[in-house]
Amino acid sequence: MPNDTLPEPGVDDALNRNRRDPARLVQILREVQTQYGYISPAALTHIAGAVGLPRARVEGVAGFYSFLHTRPAGRYRVLFSDNITDRMQGSGRLFDYFCSKLWLERGKTSEDGLIRADLTSCTGLCDQGPALLVNGFAIPRLTEERLDAIIDLIRARIPVPAWPHEHFEITENVRRKDILLDHALQPGDAIRAAIARGPRAGLETASNERSWREAVLSAPQGPVATLEEIKRSNLRGRGGAGFTTGLKWEACRSALGQMRYVVCNADEGEPGTFKDRVLLTRYADLVIEGMTVCAYVIGAARGFIYLRGEYRHLLDPLEEVLEARRNAYLLGHGIMGQPGLDFDIEIHVGAGAYICGEESALIESLEGRRGVPRNRPPYPVTHGYLQQPTIVNNVETFCAAALIAIHGGEWYRGFGTAKSAGTKLLSVSGDCARPGVYEYPFGVTIRDVLEDCGAVDTQAVQVSGPSGVCLDETEFGRRIAFEDVPTAGSFMVFNRQRDMFEVARNFSHFFAHESCGFCTPCRVGTTLLRNCMDKLHAGHGSQHDLTEIVDIARVLQATSHCGLGHTACNPLFDTLKKFRPSYERRLSSLAFSPAFDLDGALAAARQMTGRDDAGAHLQPEAAEGAGR
Amino acid sequence: MNQAQSFTLDGADVPYRPGQTIIQAALAAGRYIPHLCYHPEFKPHGSCKLCTVKVDGRDMAACTTPAAPGIAVESDTQEINDQRRMLVQMLFVEGNHFCPSCEQSGNCMLQAVAYDLGVMSPRFSHLYPSRPVDASHPEILLDFDRCILCELCIRASAEVDRKSVFALSGRGITKRLIVNAASGRLADTNLAASDKATQVCPVGVILRKGGAFAVPIGKRKYDLKPISARALEDAPRPPGARHG
Ligand SMILES: Cc1cc2nc3c(=O)[nH]c(=O)nc-3n(C[C@H](O)[C@H](O)[C@H](O)COP(=O)(O)O)c2cc1C
Ligand code: SF4
Ligand code: SF4
Ligand code: FES
Ligand code: FES
Repeated sequence: MPNDTLPEPGVDDALNRNRRDPARLVQILREVQTQYGYISPAALTHIAGAVGLPRARVEGVAGFYSFLHTRPAGRYRVLFSDNITDRMQGSGRLFDYFCSKLWLERGKTSEDGLIRADLTSCTGLCDQGPALLVNGFAIPRLTEERLDAIIDLIRARIPVPAWPHEHFEITENVRRKDILLDHALQPGDAIRAAIARGPRAGLETASNERSWREAVLSAPQGPVATLEEIKRSNLRGRGGAGFTTGLKWEACRSALGQMRYVVCNADEGEPGTFKDRVLLTRYADLVIEGMTVCAYVIGAARGFIYLRGEYRHLLDPLEEVLEARRNAYLLGHGIMGQPGLDFDIEIHVGAGAYICGEESALIESLEGRRGVPRNRPPYPVTHGYLQQPTIVNNVETFCAAALIAIHGGEWYRGFGTAKSAGTKLLSVSGDCARPGVYEYPFGVTIRDVLEDCGAVDTQAVQVSGPSGVCLDETEFGRRIAFEDVPTAGSFMVFNRQRDMFEVARNFSHFFAHESCGFCTPCRVGTTLLRNCMDKLHAGHGSQHDLTEIVDIARVLQATSHCGLGHTACNPLFDTLKKFRPSYERRLSSLAFSPAFDLDGALAAARQMTGRDDAGAHLQPEAAEGAGR
Repeated sequence: MNQAQSFTLDGADVPYRPGQTIIQAALAAGRYIPHLCYHPEFKPHGSCKLCTVKVDGRDMAACTTPAAPGIAVESDTQEINDQRRMLVQMLFVEGNHFCPSCEQSGNCMLQAVAYDLGVMSPRFSHLYPSRPVDASHPEILLDFDRCILCELCIRASAEVDRKSVFALSGRGITKRLIVNAASGRLADTNLAASDKATQVCPVGVILRKGGAFAVPIGKRKYDLKPISARALEDAPRPPGARHG
């Protein structure tokens, strides 16, 4: 279809940087977005032609990700992190302050096209909130003064890269170290150890002749021996599902395929989680070392780090680490002089979609599509990236694997509990004196963590984020472990001043915003749940709404396509059970109450006619109730 | 053909051929499982979730789950039909479905499934999305209000017509159907009225202009027989098997 406008000149550069590869579509769109503030209709048409996809497919991909815009969205795009911890640190008030100073309406680009302000899901800066993203770059510790400075910079039209560096300073807040955070490894140690395992271990030749690693004569059994150590360690995935890493690697290694891939899941979207950010900032070598060990074990030549868009500030430092490792022969061809040991890593940056942390949605996104979870089986270990055998592991899992490659599985099993080997990183935030990253051996009690982080008068802890579990004080003796309270790492603390209904309402907004929309129950159900919570919040709820919430939640749990929908109702179930009074306080009546306030709608008519007698009210009882 | 393998559906034996999904085997054996996004001619993708059944106690979509020997499938139970009723209600409030004025009434799967399951009310507050009609094409009208996002038109256009006229954009509750044109207008795509994509919409989105009431209301597909019977007639059978 003819188009009278031409694409912007930088679009071709973005296309060329990405080899016009349709699998890199998300990267192409993200780069155009960064350069021009949005992806114009002409750019969409041009990109579609260049990568050989129907235009509507490209438009559909752009429409999926929160950080991509197909309409002008302001030269400065400011997104306030809207996790409950940001709220507790005053983000709501600061957002209003910001908008009123700039005469902005939420989500609307200013008339001069200069700026647009909106809310976004947790940006992973909960220990140093409230936080925002400006044109994709994170700014922590917001105060009115900092916002004033930002407003001045925007009014002076200073480009974001030229803003004073101090605004972007993010701290790591590592509070407790154990075997992982306290490791003393040098880059290359784990790979060397993995290679060295072969001859010493004296195992039989691998049963899997398909793996070309076996052709590397100098270390014929290194991969198998290292795999045995990973299996012996009982390491389980740190990203949430807790699948046994050794079995996953083994399944991938023995799967049929032309190529194998290693993917590091650095999407870290679960609200309240930020330990992967710290690992990628301070321990990037260990992460990459773990990925390389994995590649060595399964026989992969290519890997990806899928970095959430919110961590854009980590892209350049990570690229530098990769480059340094290439120069040190720790990545690339013939790693450490081993012929055939070839492995390199590309970084893909996400664009604002929590669902892309789900491994099959992540792979869809890596392939340049909308981040919609696949039907499983088949699983990524056999049919992952480009339908080839693929390992997807969490950032922390790779770190642990690197330690195990050196010290062995037996050593690793010596930490933690019988069923949960090793240590776990917790991202502690909320009502406590010392928020930050804490590493504990599995088995630590909730109470111990609360004590260490300086939490007092604690009412509840949300473990593993909104999709996890809400514990009240009777449960603080429980332990962080797969067999008791499993966690992907989020640990949000709420003291007795907090309203647990508002916590759950914030989470209901999160899930409605992040549902990918593929399946009916999650797409519609998360919105219905959010609306129910908003109705209760507005004081229009009734007992009927509470039973409705439970009924909707059951259908979500039973029929949703993926973990997002299955867990979206957890916070509502938990708080309804454990903090029911915080809901019931809000009920306007114990029976049915309509979402629409009929009597309230008559208020304008009453004002105009100057009437306020009983006849001018529809439901005298409800009118009184509303005034409470 | 392989020697009879079978599983049970609500207690009764259902034979299947390897490679069949639960819903394919069930329909071929004359057993109805409610569904909307499944279409016998297309690879199932499992988004509406209406076909959710319990397989050995686990909730699974019957259209994407392969049949397996000896599994016990439950479908026609109070609990599962309650779930289905709610899913149908969700679809009704998500769009704008005003059946009395919809020209697809009587031919619409959503409406037919709702009747068949005994859905008596929309239950939830309507979301009232704003989805303008696209009347630009000379022969085909798009009334997006009724789209249930089953992706059948997308699959048909891509896989059969090789045109990719339709695609999805947005996410979550803002997900919506779009067409392949910079203008966003159907007239600017290469859709032809004869395309497969114009024939698969289970509801009243993709409509042929001028043919609205060729078959009067009361004599339409699901006016004559409930969908639970019609779906069985339409199901592909092994050669030689009798319909009905
Ligand atoms: C909605 C959803 C979001 C997820 N987000 C993440 C994430 O941000 N990071 C992560 O490592 N795993 C996430 N997961 C889990 C992954 O699907 C997968 O299980 C994990 O990456 C496997 O790695 P592991 O075995 O090392 O834990 C998510 C799962 C779901 C259902
Ligand atoms: S459960 Fe939600 S996130 Fe998962 S596939 Fe369904 S709509 Fe998408
Ligand atoms: S237009 Fe019809 S066929 Fe296409 S997605 Fe919507 S409901 Fe399905
Ligand atoms: S028919 Fe199975 S999910 Fe729609
Ligand atoms: S009755 Fe009109 S779309 Fe179904």
